[in-house]
Amino acid sequence: MAKVLMKGNEAIGEAAIRAGCKNYFAYPITPQSEVAEYLARRMKDVGGVFLQGESEVAVSYMLFGAAACGERVFTTSSSPGISLMSEGISYMAGAQLPVVLVNIVRGGPGLGGILPSQGDYFQATKGGGHGDYRLLVMAPASVQEAVEMVMAAFPLAEKYRNPVMIIGDGLIGQMMEPVEFPDDLVSEPTNKDDWATNGMDSRNAGTPNIVKSLHLDSKILNDLNLTLKAKYDRMKKEEIRYEAYNTDGDYRVLIVSYGTMSRVCRTAVDNLKESGFEVGMIRPKTLFPFPLEAIRKAAQKDSCKAVISIELSMGQMVEDVERAVQGKKPVEWYGMCGGDIPTPEEVMDVVRKLG
Amino acid sequence: MQKDVIFAGFGGQGILLMGSILAHAAMDLGFEVAWVPSYGAEMRGGTANCTVVIGDRPIGSPIIKNPQHLVAMTRPSLEKFGPLVKPGGVILINSSLIPVSSGRDDVDEIKVPANDIAMKVGSVKAANIVALSAFVARSRFLDYDMVIACMKNQFGSKDKLIQMNLEAMEAGKKAAQ
Repeated sequence: MAKVLMKGNEAIGEAAIRAGCKNYFAYPITPQSEVAEYLARRMKDVGGVFLQGESEVAVSYMLFGAAACGERVFTTSSSPGISLMSEGISYMAGAQLPVVLVNIVRGGPGLGGILPSQGDYFQATKGGGHGDYRLLVMAPASVQEAVEMVMAAFPLAEKYRNPVMIIGDGLIGQMMEPVEFPDDLVSEPTNKDDWATNGMDSRNAGTPNIVKSLHLDSKILNDLNLTLKAKYDRMKKEEIRYEAYNTDGDYRVLIVSYGTMSRVCRTAVDNLKESGFEVGMIRPKTLFPFPLEAIRKAAQKDSCKAVISIELSMGQMVEDVERAVQGKKPVEWYGMCGGDIPTPEEVMDVVRKLG
Repeated sequence: MQKDVIFAGFGGQGILLMGSILAHAAMDLGFEVAWVPSYGAEMRGGTANCTVVIGDRPIGSPIIKNPQHLVAMTRPSLEKFGPLVKPGGVILINSSLIPVSSGRDDVDEIKVPANDIAMKVGSVKAANIVALSAFVARSRFLDYDMVIACMKNQFGSKDKLIQMNLEAMEAGKKAAQ
């Protein structure tokens, strides 16, 4: 299929449709409102549903309900909206529901701003809502990657019966880049007869399925948490994705950066290489599970003097980078939070000082 | 190879469309391309700008603080971005609305009365196409004929609009010589 030039937000909407999702519930918020605009038109073409909730809290339970019925569902929002949904997301994780969530992150805390930010790293990877749960979190660095991650998210959510979150930012959402929708990422919804409340008459079963997250019996609740833990451990074995950039040679500094920020770092790495200063980069594509082992190994290289986490936050991912490096090399942080994105030159200055 | 340009003006002038047509042309020519708009509390009459970056390898940072080229459709946009343009680039000034120069002697500055030319070919709305054509002709940013093709695509089956914008492009190209 020929490439088309699309805005990230519109491409995300189209990717969900191509992935066979016909249920979209959302509430508008900058900088992701174009997803709803796009799907308000497009869902009709494919016989799907777009329902604007009265708030993000309501949206989260529309997702819960439709997913419990065995439907492919997704939503898009931005940071304050995801905060409101977090109660429902915890319930989804507890009830083991496959739901796809897209967070086009904006600056915070509070209402913050609408420009690019990566300030929701903790919220996405360490919980956000209450209780012991994890989301499978992916972070695209281009519109094409956003498409591929959205299309891959549905089967992943079903494989693990767990919510999957994709986090981008205003740049990914607003930018137009050439995209294609790979046929090999089109997938059929899996059979959910074993657990979904999809109707006794449509499946061969003697007993009704129950979807819930309330378990007052301590042993049952502990068992549920062990089941969830086993899923998260399996994600760590099977789903880690990252890109290693310029890591074959002897680099003096290792950058860890993801999403929009990693694009600036890539330019900085290229420019530094031209001036004879070698820098490697690990770009996590999954933030949970996190590429701990890849970063640990890359940091161990003799030539590597220091590791630096460069992110559009005041230092969130850097804690996972420290966990990966385990004190074997100095771990630094650099970033900005207001919505401005550091230039390649600023990154180059910071990195040069480390090596 | 990497090239970039900022189109700047106010909302309603078709600033984002200029960039979009150029970005489509770049894609059809096989370049990597990113089109980045200013976004947020935008409104008609407010400021609007977009950046187009093209390259022959994947585009790193699409956020450009010092653009190679500038197409300024209003005075505030010239004053904001004019000083940031890299030496040697093109600064196109819509002289219908901008009575001043950039004050730079290290750039290729051209003045094109885009609004006046557009009105002559039929509608002031075509001022963006006049300026786009003049910019591409002057800077040789990419193949001019592909921009014509993408402009036609943009206006789809609206033959009247295509005809008018073809005239706008021709007039813009002349003005850039």
